[in-house]
Amino acid sequence: MSPPDAPSSPPAIAADSPASAAGAAVAPLGAPLVALVGNPNVGKTTLFNALTGSFAKVSNYPGITVERRSGVHRAGGRALEILDVPGTYSLVARSAEEQLAIDSIVGLGGQPRPELVVLCVDATQLSRSLYLLLQCQELGARCMVALTMVEEAGASAPDPKKLSAILGCPVVATDARRGRGAEVLGQAMVDALQAPSAPVWRWTPSPSLQESMQKVRAKLPEGWPQNDGMALWALSSVDDEHELAHIPEALRREVSACKLDQALDDEPVLGRWRFLDDQVSRATVGQPDRSRTERIDRVLLHRGLGFAAFLGVMFVIFMSLFAWSEPAIGAVEAIFELAKDGARGVLGQGVFADFITDGVIAGVGAVLVFLPQILLLFLFLGFLEDCGYLARVAYLMDRIMRTMNLHGRAFVPMLSGFACAVPAVMATRTMERRRDRILTMMVVPLMTCSARLPVYTLVIAALIPASHTVQGLLMVGMYAFSVVTSLIAALVLSRVMRPLRAKRLPFFIELPPYRFPRMRGVLLMMWQRSSMFLREAGTVILVCSMALWALLYFPRHLPKSAPDYDAMIAVAPEAERPALENAKASALLLGSYGGRLGHAIEPAIEPLGFDWKIGVGLIGAFAAREVFVSTMGIVYSVGGEADETDTGLRQALRDERTAEGKPAYPPLVGLSLMIFFALACQCMSTLAVVKRETGGYRWPAFLFAYMTGLAWVVTFVVYQGGRLLGF
Amino acid sequence: MSRLSDLRRGATATVRAVEGVRSFRRRLLEMGLVPGTQVKVVNFAPLGDPLFIEVRGARWSLRKQEAAEILIAPDAPAAAGVP
Repeated sequence: MSPPDAPSSPPAIAADSPASAAGAAVAPLGAPLVALVGNPNVGKTTLFNALTGSFAKVSNYPGITVERRSGVHRAGGRALEILDVPGTYSLVARSAEEQLAIDSIVGLGGQPRPELVVLCVDATQLSRSLYLLLQCQELGARCMVALTMVEEAGASAPDPKKLSAILGCPVVATDARRGRGAEVLGQAMVDALQAPSAPVWRWTPSPSLQESMQKVRAKLPEGWPQNDGMALWALSSVDDEHELAHIPEALRREVSACKLDQALDDEPVLGRWRFLDDQVSRATVGQPDRSRTERIDRVLLHRGLGFAAFLGVMFVIFMSLFAWSEPAIGAVEAIFELAKDGARGVLGQGVFADFITDGVIAGVGAVLVFLPQILLLFLFLGFLEDCGYLARVAYLMDRIMRTMNLHGRAFVPMLSGFACAVPAVMATRTMERRRDRILTMMVVPLMTCSARLPVYTLVIAALIPASHTVQGLLMVGMYAFSVVTSLIAALVLSRVMRPLRAKRLPFFIELPPYRFPRMRGVLLMMWQRSSMFLREAGTVILVCSMALWALLYFPRHLPKSAPDYDAMIAVAPEAERPALENAKASALLLGSYGGRLGHAIEPAIEPLGFDWKIGVGLIGAFAAREVFVSTMGIVYSVGGEADETDTGLRQALRDERTAEGKPAYPPLVGLSLMIFFALACQCMSTLAVVKRETGGYRWPAFLFAYMTGLAWVVTFVVYQGGRLLGF
Repeated sequence: MSRLSDLRRGATATVRAVEGVRSFRRRLLEMGLVPGTQVKVVNFAPLGDPLFIEVRGARWSLRKQEAAEILIAPDAPAAAGVP
């Protein structure tokens, strides 16, 4: 027996070390690794949360940007490290992402080999869930089954004892939705760890398939399990167009040389299903009651009502997002104003005090102020996903998506694009082919991401004088605009760009039964994703805010032609001082590096209705869209530091005047600004992640060029057209 | 032989074979759409496509074009065509 399989001595439990305190996410050294594996929508993550008490260590799988979640479960004085393997229907893989399942189960690609594989099996979908178990057993993994959705299965729930006898491994019934069964499962896992592990085959491969398996087995690289299950996996997964990682060329050649015909290729699948159909049905009685899902689908997937309901759901989400988050935003703004005042009181005047208040505190505030909307959006998305509606959205929208040459699966990344293009670009990995991934990546950044919300919110509230309803409708309009432009962009790009042309792809997706969302899981996911925003976007924003503050602050020289403001302020009457201080601040800003840069690009943006101050904001926004707001905040807090009225950025924008004394930003400029932001690729993080996902600078460079060009042209047409019409 | 795409709403049939490219065929087979399996066309999406089918108590969506790759034997006409 190889060392990893040898029964390890009981792991030392460092009960006193802080890392192993209750609720810690990091497992003590030597804790056995248990992998949770299962189909999507079987309640695997809920089970994971129940086992680990929600203290998950979230990281990325090396090389690809898929979340790797692990945690610790304690049972009977033993610590187990639990790994939540991404949901899958089969271990056969075509892409690096699908390969995660096999890597996690047998310990390839730098993953540790688990000592136990727990199959999360939907009691209402027994056969299909158990298909995965048969694959794991063929690989020689030590397996056990955790039945989920037992209550939902009702009278049709399988008898764990019967099932255990049929499958030859322990079977435990859990009810993950109510948190019950975690202790029972934990003890069962500890017991199962003692069982021996050896490959189990439920069907007999034909002689010619066995011959191929033998040949391929000889070419399996070192470190892989040297068994028939692994050889069969390679035979089924590897082909000349595979996108798998760490497949040696010798193995690929051998698989290619075997040239399985269709009958041999289908043989393992049919063999497994024969076993499942013959045997597993013996453990169940009747069918689970699906009448609730059928009734709901009759309405939500109805020809007319379905689309109406879809539009209604989206409308409600975005209206409430716009209205409900307002008090929270106001509160955050108020808190940071207080913090700035407090810091100023402590630190007094000077470069350092300016840096802390206007650079650091204002920058952090600019990040946190939009957390309410992001939390709300992820709450809605998590809710829709959990109750099963999100898959229906893909079904309802496929006809439209396909017209634009987008894969149906592209809908989920594009929907994620409403939150942030960075995770959305990562989510394109769920698509099999590179062409679909890249095409989706090229249009996802056009979706109204949460980083645009701050800009739209600011512009609408400050520059569009209208009722809340009209303002809300305008926001919905910006979302609709982004959907339309991204779909058109997909269509055009897939026709014009040679590497993006492609044949149609299958659209075979499950529409899971409707279920009541588990609020704990939804909230947990909401928190994890929001904190990811804070970590990944927030840090960039903060650094850029500080850099921009410096850009707009230094060198702090007044032009030689400027009057001696300090002397004038010293002798001026109280009432005139603010105006003088304003003028001085403006002069300083004008002379700053940022001010000069803003001036430099003014000729390029003047035809769009933007002045140099917006130019400075745009320069900042290229680091990340929401930085536009903090930049404008710095621009105006520098200019309005002595402003007694202290009405905030919105009022400052409203009050901004041109040299002729007219409002500098009439509603038409507000609209131009929003359209520019809808289309321009002003996000360093998006470009960075696209570079990472496509493995080169070519696609991010193209993305930046086409979006910025598009933004300039469309904004030009809107602004100049609006002026011609007299707005 | 008929194809799944030929069925009307509410009709049921038995799968005979799955055609199409390797990855597509394998995926459908692995989901349990193996020969001999009962399949029901529950509905069509509002724009007529994709289909909404039921296999082994689970609900799936697939496009008409893909449904045309699934060869079937329709169940008794009395059962087929019932709305």
